[in-house]
Amino acid sequence: MKKVVYGLIFLLAVIHQDVWWWDDNSLVFGFMPLGLFYHALFSCMAAGVWAMAVKWAWPSDIERWAESTDEQGGDQ
Amino acid sequence: MIAAPTLVALGQAAAPASRTPLVVICLYMCLLFALGWFSSRLFRGSSKDFFVASQSIGPFMLLMSVFGTTMTAFALVGSTGKAFSLGIGTYGLMASSSGLIHTACFFLVGIRMWSFGKKYGYVTQIQFFRDRFESKALGYLMFPILVGLIIPYLLVGLMGAGKYIFGVTVGMFPETFAAGAIPEWLSGLVICAVVLFYVFFGGVRSAAWANTFQTIVFMIMGLVGFYVIADALGGPAAASEKALANAPEKLSREGLMTPAHFMSYMLVPLSVGMFPHLFQHWLTARSAKSFRLTVIAHPICIMIVWVPCILIGIWAAGLYEAKELIVPPPNGDPNPNAVLSAMVKTFMKSSPLLIGLFSAGVLAAIMSSLDSQFVCIGSMFTNDFFVPLKGQVSDKQKVWLGRGFIVLIVLITYVISIFKPQNVFNLGVWCFSGFAALFPIAFASVYWKRVTTVGVFTSVIATAVTWALFIYDALGREVGEQWFGVEEHGEYLIAGVMPVTFICLASVVALVGVSLATRPPSRDTIDKFFPANG
Repeated sequence: MKKVVYGLIFLLAVIHQDVWWWDDNSLVFGFMPLGLFYHALFSCMAAGVWAMAVKWAWPSDIERWAESTDEQGGDQ
Repeated sequence: MIAAPTLVALGQAAAPASRTPLVVICLYMCLLFALGWFSSRLFRGSSKDFFVASQSIGPFMLLMSVFGTTMTAFALVGSTGKAFSLGIGTYGLMASSSGLIHTACFFLVGIRMWSFGKKYGYVTQIQFFRDRFESKALGYLMFPILVGLIIPYLLVGLMGAGKYIFGVTVGMFPETFAAGAIPEWLSGLVICAVVLFYVFFGGVRSAAWANTFQTIVFMIMGLVGFYVIADALGGPAAASEKALANAPEKLSREGLMTPAHFMSYMLVPLSVGMFPHLFQHWLTARSAKSFRLTVIAHPICIMIVWVPCILIGIWAAGLYEAKELIVPPPNGDPNPNAVLSAMVKTFMKSSPLLIGLFSAGVLAAIMSSLDSQFVCIGSMFTNDFFVPLKGQVSDKQKVWLGRGFIVLIVLITYVISIFKPQNVFNLGVWCFSGFAALFPIAFASVYWKRVTTVGVFTSVIATAVTWALFIYDALGREVGEQWFGVEEHGEYLIAGVMPVTFICLASVVALVGVSLATRPPSRDTIDKFFPANG
């Protein structure tokens, strides 16, 4: 499932380049330019894919490691 | 600054204006003072609390502070002005791409950085890099570069606020100020004083509280303002129809940008992965789980703020072409940074109270970034510059050093803001480009064991040199005489793409090439930052 999530993120990066209606200035719902509507929808899709990432690709190992013991102190 | 006669000639400054909006803005500032006082009561007195809020911030406050920090004059004043000039493509250039790229930075890099901060007690980004790359000298190299990149970002906020307040207060003080408007130097002074008050006493904890409050304010007021402007224009459909009739090119991207230009902009949001002030906010998280809400909701929050701004920008373009809106011209052309204030003044004039509330929302967006940046620079001066040079410093001294450096940087930024007026949006993009080109270092630090100290040094130098060269070419040389790029659609492009493309390329080539050719890091460092179970 993790690979599917990363695949979807890559797909989002590809479909962000929506050259197919580059010169289309028609209005959706009577007020929203098509290109803007598509990218607003893209924002919603991004939120959905990130929700999937939280569910299926969460770095639990990192989280456990960081919270396993007390702070160790760096060389700062 | 726009001269009074120019505005009078345009018919904008002639009529005296109600001072109610200014009263509302002043009340909002008083509210922030009160919130600053309240949040400073929660300050626990330690340097860890001052710089990273003792890692106690929960999911909602983390979302609001991270989102509020990434939204500045760039998002409200800049985006509306940019949509006025470049049309709807502005949203894809910065907003939808940020929903993907910002969140990728939080998810892929932020959580790991937080885990190292939690484990090893870092409070600044440079502390992490010094440890990770086994070099104190790297800290001294990165310190001036990061501070140098944040200062233009701070200027974006202060200048955006000054220009906006100037626009909405035109005619309020005809006997006192040029054009009867609050001058930019005065707005900047008040904003600096308010932000300084709450961060001075409470550090990043106060910044997180203020950011949460201000982010809620600017999101709500942005939507209210959008509704009122749309209503005054006869509804969103009528407003968009007018834009379609008078400025049809602004409703598509044809002729305003090319696909290559559009695609190259996707590199710009990588900057959040290297923002020192965001790194500091990441470290404030109570647990890794606190990131979950931020990861999911960030793209939606961006959409809620940016879509109304873009629509207002293209509506303004339609109205301007129809000669129904006056946008003050600096040099013959309409000033994009004045578009939002012109729309607010023109279409909310029946309700000065609303103008005041909306303006408080704009200032909230700007100040919610300034506070984090001020705290961050104070923190860097203390922990990355002074303490390594001086040696051991007591915890209490660290807090006072942090406060002292915050005051110093506020003063420096304020003075620069008075003398260096620039296009807010473009200045922001240059600053973001520098941070974006340093992002490969952050990414490699948590994912690539083979990256070496020399590789990182070379990458930082390659970034600094290419960035300086391009910015000099773009801003320091006459149009038509530039060495590398050309001005297209109001932007400096090299071979049709954003300069960030080439700065990133130089950074990556230097990082990878030199790392592969030099000695790998020690086993201890690898074990420390790449634990078997992490």
